[in-house]
Amino acid sequence: MRALTSFRLWGLAPAWVLMGLTLIVPVAIVAGVSLADRGPYGGFDWALNFGSYREILFTLGWTDELEFAPKYLVIIARTLGYGLVTTAICMALALPVAYVIANARAGWKPFLVYLVTLPFWVSMIVRVYAWLIILGNEGLAEKAWKFLGGGDVDTFLFTNGAMLTGMVYSYIPLMVLPVYAAIEKLDPALLEASHDLYGNRWVTLRRVILPLTWPGLSAGAILVFVPAIGTVLEPMLLGGGRQMMMGTLIQTQFGGGRNWPFGAAIAMVLMAMVVVVLLLNARRAAAATEART
Amino acid sequence: MARGKAVEVYNVSKSFGTYQALDQVSFTIQENEFFTLLGPSGCGKTTLLRMIAGFESPSEGAILLDGQQIETLPPHRRRVNTVFQSYALFPHMTLAQNIAFGLENLGWDRRRRRDRVAEMLELVHMTPFAGRRPAQLSGGQRQRIALARALAPEPQVLLLDEPLSALDLKLRQAMRDELKSLQKKTGITFIFVTHDQEEALDMSDRICVLGQGRIQQIGTPSEIYEDPENRFVADFIGETNFLEAEVLELAGGMARIRTPFGLEITAPQKGLAGPGPATLSLRPEKIGMESQAEGHLLQGTVTGRNYMGGFTHYTVDVAGQSLRVSRRNALSHAEGHAPGQPVSLGFRADSVRVLAQ
Repeated sequence: MRALTSFRLWGLAPAWVLMGLTLIVPVAIVAGVSLADRGPYGGFDWALNFGSYREILFTLGWTDELEFAPKYLVIIARTLGYGLVTTAICMALALPVAYVIANARAGWKPFLVYLVTLPFWVSMIVRVYAWLIILGNEGLAEKAWKFLGGGDVDTFLFTNGAMLTGMVYSYIPLMVLPVYAAIEKLDPALLEASHDLYGNRWVTLRRVILPLTWPGLSAGAILVFVPAIGTVLEPMLLGGGRQMMMGTLIQTQFGGGRNWPFGAAIAMVLMAMVVVVLLLNARRAAAATEART
Repeated sequence: MARGKAVEVYNVSKSFGTYQALDQVSFTIQENEFFTLLGPSGCGKTTLLRMIAGFESPSEGAILLDGQQIETLPPHRRRVNTVFQSYALFPHMTLAQNIAFGLENLGWDRRRRRDRVAEMLELVHMTPFAGRRPAQLSGGQRQRIALARALAPEPQVLLLDEPLSALDLKLRQAMRDELKSLQKKTGITFIFVTHDQEEALDMSDRICVLGQGRIQQIGTPSEIYEDPENRFVADFIGETNFLEAEVLELAGGMARIRTPFGLEITAPQKGLAGPGPATLSLRPEKIGMESQAEGHLLQGTVTGRNYMGGFTHYTVDVAGQSLRVSRRNALSHAEGHAPGQPVSLGFRADSVRVLAQ
């Protein structure tokens, strides 16, 4: 028993060291910076100052009184909103894709799964840039739109739609893979049983397929939502930086804004939101497992 | 009692690519009948069942349910329910929700649904388990819920796809009786698919023996066993001895036959065209055997013995022809006949069946 405990301690030491150096230490540094004083020309001076967190909700008025200012709350809400919409679109698109892959002939499946993962072989910046060309003036999207008889458009680029398109495109593989795994495990006899018991396609989807693939869908939702709310590239390149998101806000604070402590504070808020989502999901998953057994 | 036709199958064929699963199959199932499709695996029986359910469509031919042509209807528009081999209970629903599923889709109101679910749980003796989920049940209990779920919407026909194959031996025996009594109680037509001849003989009103995608014979269990029409049926149902013989003369329903032992007998026949070579079937339990008794027809030597508990199966050599003989062990610790022992055998001429080629 004692030997086992000491093995657990020392045998896993490399993992602990790795976790410490790559996860805990950096987060601790960011947390420290968020409490620091802002340096006059960027950078920071160590301190214990909650001013950066206060700044998220309040501004200082003429006479140093605190005035409630929701401008950063709006950014946080917008970020969550786009994250949710991206997740919902990814779900709706990934279900049929995953269904087709799961029902493909055995020889085709690995190839189709490979196709889904293919974009990960190319740098994210390059892929988002590609959308810049597709959606840009005289780009593929505009030509297709005109070919289909659409009227004159100003531009597809630098709109919320362009940004959402980019986000869905970037993160949908993370939804397809877990949903595919869940559908693959679905017993086809259950679908037949549903049809046999007078269930049409809609009933079968709603009452059999969705509940039974929910573990995959919720895993995919986490995988999409978490990076989506931290995204920087799509709002900057495709959204044209018109609408600030948390990712771009953090980026500007460390860049042109030269307010590292405030950027770090926003980063901590973002991380707290992710942790809350993960905790809620873990609780739900535990409850579901308990209900099954 | 005049009974209507529950299911009619006309010239149904089904091919998958170049493989012919079913070839010109036709039969009619009466209302309130326990009808069994029996055959070895790959004979097309499950395909036939799935076509009646609507999961496959026939390449040719027509299927009628209660006089209505249904072969183009999707499964959810056929008043037919299936008990699946794997039961296919919805794992995320309670047993009551499983049973109510079909009723909800048919638009039954809440009160009627609740009453019917309670009635079905009662019918299969599962009332205390209503709130459980399928994973918390034993195989036999799951079987009962699958039955209750399929019977709840009062289908015109209930299809059962080898429902007992996943159960252990004792339970299977008990479920046979339960299935039979459920069928009598509910008055619903059952179409039962199995490869287990014992199940088929025990439960069915009529059996359809399928082999190589064709109907080999349709009849009551005793007709199928006692009067097999061809070699396939005689071989597949029970055990038998095949004897190559020669038909000498036909007269009415009888044939004069020379057996390989040189005996001439007169046995019932149907479907023979004329004199010539023929195959005889003689069931092992219809052969009498005694040690050294005089007056029996054939003399032979025991060459093998398999003790089965209630029965002993012997292999006896008669003039170079090997015969299987089955004896009931009526006396306790009876000695039986040891291998090497000379015995004499006899059988009644009307136990012999002449098979169509």
